Amino acid sequence: MNVGVLYSRIRRDEKLLLSELRDRGHEVTKIDVRTERFGVHGRPETFEGLDIVVDRCLATSRSRYITRFVDAYDVPVVNDPETAAVCADKARNSLALAEADVPTPATEVTFTKEAAMESIEEFGYPCVLKPVIGSWGRLMAKIDSRDAAEAILEHKETLGHYEHKVFYIQEFVEKPGRDIRVVATDGEPIAAMARSSEHWLTNAARGAETESIEITEEMADLVERASEAVGGGLLGVDLMEMGDAYTVHEVNHTVEFKALNEVTEIDVPAAVVDWLEARVRNVEVTA
Amino acid sequence: MSEETITAEDPITGEAIEIPADVEVGEIIDSPITGAELEVVAVDPVALEEAPELEEDWGE
Repeated sequence: MNVGVLYSRIRRDEKLLLSELRDRGHEVTKIDVRTERFGVHGRPETFEGLDIVVDRCLATSRSRYITRFVDAYDVPVVNDPETAAVCADKARNSLALAEADVPTPATEVTFTKEAAMESIEEFGYPCVLKPVIGSWGRLMAKIDSRDAAEAILEHKETLGHYEHKVFYIQEFVEKPGRDIRVVATDGEPIAAMARSSEHWLTNAARGAETESIEITEEMADLVERASEAVGGGLLGVDLMEMGDAYTVHEVNHTVEFKALNEVTEIDVPAAVVDWLEARVRNVEVTA
Repeated sequence: MSEETITAEDPITGEAIEIPADVEVGEIIDSPITGAELEVVAVDPVALEEAPELEEDWGE
């Protein structure tokens, strides 16, 4: 098959994927989204002959638009634009999970700092304030007091970009020093890891320690439902343990898997390519 | 991945650095001198540039 890979940076994740595709004899068309032009009429030559396109854009804004364009060019794209749009926005992500009855932390969105303050006071301290767009734990605030809340809200309101005036407020979940990342394809888990840190943020990108963990039936069920809630695809589902139960706080659509690949015995890029091959076969059968 | 290396010019210091031989265009590597992220902008011969700064919407 001929696989288009949308990228702006080739990180270890993309390198693993490219190597696996090439090792299996697939043709790979690397598409640098920084230089490509996307017209609304007709399909650019770059996209001719591609069986599938994998979006590995690092920038959420690009990912959201490009997946729409590729879809409009009638080339199957992973992940599809609706999944990208839902996952790219924390508010939409939480809403989709809640609508599908997937356990997810209590969350409110407000549009003024006054309403945000009311929400924060009702959640009590600590609670969490997150940007609706963003990743790797950046600009996330654990709010421990009213004084801190007032300062952070004022900063956010004056930061400039309108997205910082969409206040996403969430209950603080007392997790056991770790959270869980499951990489899945259409709801089927490939592998999982626990990310541990003494810091309340446990993102691997922030240096959390990672270890492979077994996927329980309950986790698998939640991953399947969370995946379906956002439209399926190649996803990273993040769960937190709450006693004996789990809550899904986020689903990621351009999932990084290098950290997982290092700690699990499962060959993650191979599993991803298996899935891509099956997707292309399905498209050929139904076409 | 190959462990072979090739020599390239560090775009920040101008010094010669050893980088993996199997790099490809778009790949990000760390400068062994400054630790800065460098982007491979050409291969054969290899050319490096300082990688773009992190932007607010980058991530997963």
